[in-house]
Amino acid sequence: MNFDFSDDQKMLKEQVSKFLSDKCGYDVVRRVLESDELYAEDVWKGLVEMGLTGTAIPEEYGGLGLGALELCVVAEELGRVAAPVPFSSSVFLATEAIKLAGSEEQKQKYLPKLAAGEIIGTLAMAEGTNAPSPRTVKASLKGGKLTGTKMPVPDGEIADIAVVLVNTGGSGDKALSLAIVELNGSGISKEQLKTIDPTRGQAALKFDGAAAELMGAEGEGWDLVRRVLDGAAVWTAFEQVGGAETAMWMARDYALERYAFGRQIGSYQAIKHKLADMYVKIELARSNSYYGAMMLNDNGAELVEAAAAARISATQAYIYAAQENIQTHGGIGYTWEANTQFFYRRAKLLALSLGSPLYWRERLVTQLEARNAA
Amino acid sequence: MDFNDTQEEAAYRAEVRKWLDANAKRKASKKDTLDALSGADALQRAKDWQRKKAEAGFACITWPKEYGGQGGTSIQSVIYSQEEANYLVPTGFYDIGLGMCIPTVLAWGTEEHKARYVGPAIRGEEIWCQLFSEPAGGSDVAGLRTRAEKDGDEWVINGQKVWTSGAHYCDYGIVVVRTDPTVPKHKGLTMFIVDMKSPGVEVRPIRQMSGEANFNEVFFTDVRVPDSDRLGQPGDGWKVALTTLMNERLAVGGGGGADWSELVDLARDAELADGPAINNGAVRERIAQWYVETQGLKYTKFRTLTALSKGQTPGPESSISKIVSAPKMQELGSFAMDLQDIGGIIRDRDISAQNATFQNQWFGGAGYRIAGGTDEILRNIVAERVLGLPQDIRVDKNVPFNEMPKGK
Repeated sequence: MNFDFSDDQKMLKEQVSKFLSDKCGYDVVRRVLESDELYAEDVWKGLVEMGLTGTAIPEEYGGLGLGALELCVVAEELGRVAAPVPFSSSVFLATEAIKLAGSEEQKQKYLPKLAAGEIIGTLAMAEGTNAPSPRTVKASLKGGKLTGTKMPVPDGEIADIAVVLVNTGGSGDKALSLAIVELNGSGISKEQLKTIDPTRGQAALKFDGAAAELMGAEGEGWDLVRRVLDGAAVWTAFEQVGGAETAMWMARDYALERYAFGRQIGSYQAIKHKLADMYVKIELARSNSYYGAMMLNDNGAELVEAAAAARISATQAYIYAAQENIQTHGGIGYTWEANTQFFYRRAKLLALSLGSPLYWRERLVTQLEARNAA
Repeated sequence: MDFNDTQEEAAYRAEVRKWLDANAKRKASKKDTLDALSGADALQRAKDWQRKKAEAGFACITWPKEYGGQGGTSIQSVIYSQEEANYLVPTGFYDIGLGMCIPTVLAWGTEEHKARYVGPAIRGEEIWCQLFSEPAGGSDVAGLRTRAEKDGDEWVINGQKVWTSGAHYCDYGIVVVRTDPTVPKHKGLTMFIVDMKSPGVEVRPIRQMSGEANFNEVFFTDVRVPDSDRLGQPGDGWKVALTTLMNERLAVGGGGGADWSELVDLARDAELADGPAINNGAVRERIAQWYVETQGLKYTKFRTLTALSKGQTPGPESSISKIVSAPKMQELGSFAMDLQDIGGIIRDRDISAQNATFQNQWFGGAGYRIAGGTDEILRNIVAERVLGLPQDIRVDKNVPFNEMPKGK
């Protein structure tokens, strides 16, 4: 039984943790929240210099050639400090989509630049307030021209390239395809969106005949994007577990220092049980995330269930820890000055950004039904 | 990451399997169970199996060799249990004695105690029970009232214990009693080994609300115990009891019963007013939730096993198990009854879905949430030991026991 990260992976985790605790404190998150900055460029540059953007990119494309497990430990540390950087968009989504669906030429063209941090990538799926699916995606790709509006697109305003989910007119699930588009060309307008978490920028991208290339086979977009999301769900689960732990310890520390009715509020069972429940949910999420990591790394047969379980439990853990952290703080936790808000915002952002809990429960149960019938 | 054995573990597993193949019948399916036997025959079968295991060196694997154990590792013990679970063998009679009582004797007993009691317990010749809970001391077990008074070289015990599993077939028990009511409650307790066949020990089954009787109450009337059967010093009873209770939290795990896959089976069969239950969104949400919880516990256990496999002390993550599994057992039973609609109230093996397993589990879950530490006590333990939160203020902490207000 060796259900743990290796010593090398733990060492990488330490390095990332040390860098982020030096360079990405609450002051940085607040700076991005309160200013017009779209992301913490200084922190991003540091991550790029450490080679982390190329963690899981093969060496032949300029990456470090490490695997899914290394990205898990990086994700957890990014989540722990609520880092305001486009790591998930560029690494978990765009890079992985290109690795999965890109032609050799597309890989040669983009992966080395993504690895080196010369460009930032993203994945554009949603088109407003309906869940993206073969029934709702309308953006079209005809004759190399992309038309339609995608929003919200994570880091859409700073991204250089986007993998876009488009409708190519096939029937049913075959209606969708993936396209890749360079965002600095003509026929593209970008507009920053107002969202619940301004520490992670989101944009509306309007395409009006922008030059784009098909990526992967036509009609395979829905299948491909769901596979990309399965992987991203595992890494994001680690990010969520990291954030949830910070929220839990923040609540714990406050429960020790705050006195009410003549004693520490952490001595009341109403608070103790709330914190114990945070711990329970986080450990369930961590364990499910480990299994997701293992399936992702091995490309295992249970990846779909494992990714969905990791995603569902990590979302529950982070949402609960973030909201009950505010509750534990009482009034001070609801002020603008308090740092509790960073995690409340981020927890909900991450809960929705790869598809809501409704999507993931359905993906899980559909898979379980298929297995149960088999 | 992988779930593979190390070379040594694989070799040990092969050895275990070879022995089990030669001595027991492999289960045809996971749900395969031994034929039910009447009380005395079931006990004899369990005793025979325990003796066999001990002779082959597969009983109490981690205990020191000098007392009859194997001096093995925790992971070897786990491997044996994993493998044994695939065979039709009697279980249950020895869990408390070997899981809780004898470890307490090993930690606190004299050399004479260990020489006298450990060997027969390992070989299954003597079965042990634990006598802690009382009508007036459940979660606050230190509030117990059973008393022992010194009389020469003996102590005389009077009082009542409850929820004692197996008291009717046990040979010995460990009993915690009040020996000094003039000091605060935790300081006036002492632990004894008691011969369950002593005059004055009376065992009566407790009928649970489910209708079954799996536990007993035990009455002590002028029961005499020699001072030489004391575990630890007079007044140390609480410290000794904590050793047992720490082991209890490891022993009362699992829970078992129907889980998400049984619920999927039921949902496929069950017809709601608007169609098959499996197509109902609320049903699908619950299936997802319980799948996630079950898997989370499974892989939490794997994390613990990984630490054991590497010879490390496991982290505190294993403390979440019963907090999750006990309410799940109750709620899943309850929800599965909902799927049977009006007919869900029927509790009849021949009529109810899946032999009334859900109705039984709905009852059982109510008890499981209390046994071996209530949901609330377990949360206190996580909050205090894992998260470092302070204990609640205890108004009885420095008050002599005989001056404390007592309710019912």
